[in-house]
Formats: sequence, structure tokens, C-alpha cells
Amino acid sequence: MIAEASVLDALSGVRDPELDEPITDLKFISDLRVGDGAVDVRLRLPTPFCAPNFAYLMAHDAREALLSVPGVREARVVLDDHHTADEINAGMAGGLGFEGTFSSFEETGEDLDGLRAIFRRKAFISRQERLCRALLADGYSPAELAGMRLEDVPSSEAKEKYLSRREELGLDISADASFVVDPDGRKIPEEAVMQHLRFARVTRLSIEANAGFCRGVLAARHGIKDPEEETA
Amino acid sequence: MVRKKEESALYEKDGEKYFVVDGHVHFWNAGPDNYNKYGKMFIDCFYGYHSALSPEEYLWDEEKFGKYSEEDIMHDLFEIGYVDKAIFQPTYLLDFFPNGFNTTAQDAVLAEKYPDKFILNSSFEPRMGEQGLADFEKKHEKYGFKGVKLYTAEWHEDSKGWKLNDYWAKRYLEKCQELGVKNIHVHKGPTIRPLNMDAFDVNDVDHVASEFTDLNFIVEHVGLPRLEDFCWIGVQEPNVYGGLAVAMPFVYSRPRYFAQIIGELLYWLDEDRILFASDYAIWQPKWLVEMFVDFQIPEDIQGEYGTLTPDIKRKILGLNAAKLYDIEVPSEVPQEEPVMAGGEPGYPERPL
Repeated sequence: MIAEASVLDALSGVRDPELDEPITDLKFISDLRVGDGAVDVRLRLPTPFCAPNFAYLMAHDAREALLSVPGVREARVVLDDHHTADEINAGMAGGLGFEGTFSSFEETGEDLDGLRAIFRRKAFISRQERLCRALLADGYSPAELAGMRLEDVPSSEAKEKYLSRREELGLDISADASFVVDPDGRKIPEEAVMQHLRFARVTRLSIEANAGFCRGVLAARHGIKDPEEETA
Repeated sequence: MVRKKEESALYEKDGEKYFVVDGHVHFWNAGPDNYNKYGKMFIDCFYGYHSALSPEEYLWDEEKFGKYSEEDIMHDLFEIGYVDKAIFQPTYLLDFFPNGFNTTAQDAVLAEKYPDKFILNSSFEPRMGEQGLADFEKKHEKYGFKGVKLYTAEWHEDSKGWKLNDYWAKRYLEKCQELGVKNIHVHKGPTIRPLNMDAFDVNDVDHVASEFTDLNFIVEHVGLPRLEDFCWIGVQEPNVYGGLAVAMPFVYSRPRYFAQIIGELLYWLDEDRILFASDYAIWQPKWLVEMFVDFQIPEDIQGEYGTLTPDIKRKILGLNAAKLYDIEVPSEVPQEEPVMAGGEPGYPERPL
């Protein structure tokens, strides 16, 4: 028997690549059925015109996550109410891959690795900015930030998230690695830290504001409560 | 009818007068007689934006939202909405709406009937090639527009989008230069060719803005959801502007994000390159104008972002667009000189 909790746990590891948040928190799962060796999941997005490449990624990642759960032999992921739902659902059911799924489109490109990489970089920068901002508020100076190694950063949930995004990029996460680095792993010099964070702040704001917009639209369309309370 | 109301019709609050140019309005037909499966989803998506981000008293039902009347638009913009001039931004979407969502010809009916109220922009379709180029020139002869609105996610047969730096798009931009069509409004959407690229990326604007330096590129919804990419090109390209459609309604539902977005735009661009827009009928200018004029950056982040003065608000609400479109501004509206600020050194070599 498949445990529903382990299915949900697996799905919570799937993130909207643009919003950098789990699809479970975003309320993108509208239905979940666990049967004998099989799981059925329905996905819904804030609008029928959310970007099809991201929609594909979430459906694909959800399916992979389900198949990783012990006991799951079959995983069916269906996307509802989306302008490419027919293509994506056929692609999921037939294991067609990205190009095969969108074969009716003029040009797809080979895969989505490049797109995924861009958003991993953005997520990394955004998480780093949040963590640095908290440290500055706690009294650390920019010079101190520039000199810190990962082991010097006090433990927190924000640090854990930062490290996970950092690891996804393939960057060094050992205890003595420099803390403030760019998405290619290059250390930011002391005199450039504040300017680096100044731009990182726009990336973080962009992701957060977009997430707020998407939550609001999803809530309005489905008559559910907008879970987001405004935060600093 | 010539400008007789202007002296008394300006929006005034706390002794300050504002001249309002709504930089992005539509007169669309998205009723059941004019949509296919995709068109229905498209207008549903707009309705989602409308219902998620409007104050309750401004909510329409879906039927009215699909197709509203001449009386509605005239009332909402000019009778109660404080708008002095509104710019039509046609969006064709012929693959979704058989007669077009909001074409130049549709908008021209009102623009010709109320010439002192509307500015008519048009559009081009680069995938129409040589023939389209000739048609575009004819359209310009007929309507004499100064701007175009381009929707790069527009579908055309099996193509699901295009980029500004595509060969044919550049040919059309050359034609714009030649005809004196100097304001290029760019609207990004969810699809693009090839599909494995980020459709919202504004990098193509960077290419053409540096190549066509005598054209102005107004990026609609200030590049959202890619504000960082937009700010990055705004620093480098002095002919890149930000249109506030879609960002504006945050002033009501998410004021803190609104403050930060405006704050970043003022920092990376400057107060001379930000343009107010309602995106009517998604949102209505009345409440947007009222709330924006009353808005201030929250105190705890004023250290980072500064404050919004009446002069800054006046530029954003109308004076900046008036410059781009050579609109005469009533003398009673104070006009500050451009600041020519923006552009901090030390931004990264390239966006992420």
C-alpha cells in the first residue's frame, strides 16, 4: 500500500521553477488519488495562459517525483484548464518528452535544461539576497558578509534553502566555501557586495511579486482564500 | 468640443494638479461571437487578473468584461476616470479571435469620433513578410499613428511567437523609422519561438534598442515577471521606457510590492522613463489614479527608496507620455525638468 503522506512529501519537492516555491504550497494540486500501485494527480495553474514550458516542467517533475515513491508503478499526471493541456497530457501519458509533446509547435528547441538553469540561477541569487538581508538586519556589516564562509552563517531555514539552491547549481557547499558568490561560484569582492545585493534585490522582488500575483489570480479563479499575507 | 473642459477637468488633490495620459487602453471584442477555444481561455485569463486585483466595487461580470460598450469606455476613462488622453494599443490575436481582439480598425472608430480624447496606435506582424510591410505602410498612410504595440507571444499559423531581433522584425522597425513611428510598445507573453526559451525575457529589446537609437521602446508591464532583466537593460539603453500596465493595480492589493517596484524603477531607470497605464478594461483608471496620487513609499523602506513627490507622480501619470507623443499639456500643470538620473555603475556584466 502506498502511503499518501509519502506521495505528498514527494510532490512537495517539486517547485514552480519561476516562483521557486513547492507546487503543494502554491495549491497547484487540485486532486490526488492513491490506488494500488498507481497515483493520479491533477494539476491546475493560475491561468490557462501560464507559460507552456513551465507547465510542462511541473507536470514532468511531478510525474518523476511520484515514480520515485516506493510502491508506485504507475503515475498519471493530468493538467487541467490550460491552453496546452491536450499536448501536455498526451505527452505525459505517452512519455513523449518535451519536443514530442510540442511537436505541433513551429520550433521547440531540444530540451529545457537551459531554461531550468536560468531559473536556478535566479532562485539562488534571490535566496542569497534574503539571507544577506536578514544578516545585515542582525548587525553584520557588508565587509563581514564578504569575508564569511558558509560555516560562519548561523543556522536558519533561510540558510537551508539557500544551500539547497546553491547545491542545485553545482556550487561548492563545503563549510569553508565563501558565502557571497555569484551564480558561477565566483567570490564577490568586499567593495562590490552592496552593489551585488542591490541588483540581487530586484531579482528577489521580481520572483516574490510574481508569486503574489499568481497566488492572487489562482485564488480568485477558484474561489479559495489567498493564503499570502503581506510580509516585509 | 475643443478642449473647453480642460481648465476644470484636471485631476486635483491637495492643491496639486495632474494631467493624466493613460498609456494602454483597449476596446476589445471578446464575446462568444468572436472567440475560439483559445480566445475563450485568453479572456478568462484577463478576467482572472481583473477579479484578483480590482477593488470589489469595480468588479464586472464576465459577460460585460467580454464586450463592453462605447458608453462604458467613455464614462470610465473620461467622465469619472480623470484621463485626459488615452492611447489605444491594438492587440490582434487573430488566431484566437476571428475578427481580432482589439484591432487598429476597431479602435479607430472611437479614435475618429473623439479625436481630442484618444491617440491611436497600431501594430505590425513580422511573419507577414514583404506583403505585410506594404500593408503596414498603407495602414500608416490611413491612420497616421506614432506608435505600435507589439505582442511577441502572438500566434500565427504554426508559429507561437517571435523576437524583436528576428530578421523580419528588424525590417519592420526600419520601416517604423522611415515613417516616423517612433514609439514601440513591447508586450511579452507566455509563448515564443523556440519554446524552450524564457518567453518573458526582454533581452531582444536590448538588441534593438541599441540598434534603433532614435526609436523609443516602451516595455509594457515594466518587464514583469522579469523586472530584474528589464531594469538591467533600462540602465544601459536610454531609449527604453517602462509602462506600468499590470504593475499599477498592486497599489491596492499589494502596496508594499508596489512601493518596491516603483522604488527599483526610480533607482535603475529614473522618473522620466516610467509611464502610467490602466490596461483598461482589465482595470479602471479612476481608482488607480486616486490611489497612486495618495500613495507613499512606506516609512520603513524610505531609506532605501526615497519618497514619491507630486512632481514625480505628475511625470509618471502623464508628462512622460506627453513628451513621447507630443501631447500639449495645459499650462496650469507644473512641469519639472528631466532629471537624467538612473543608471548606477556596478551592475552585473549581464543579467542572470
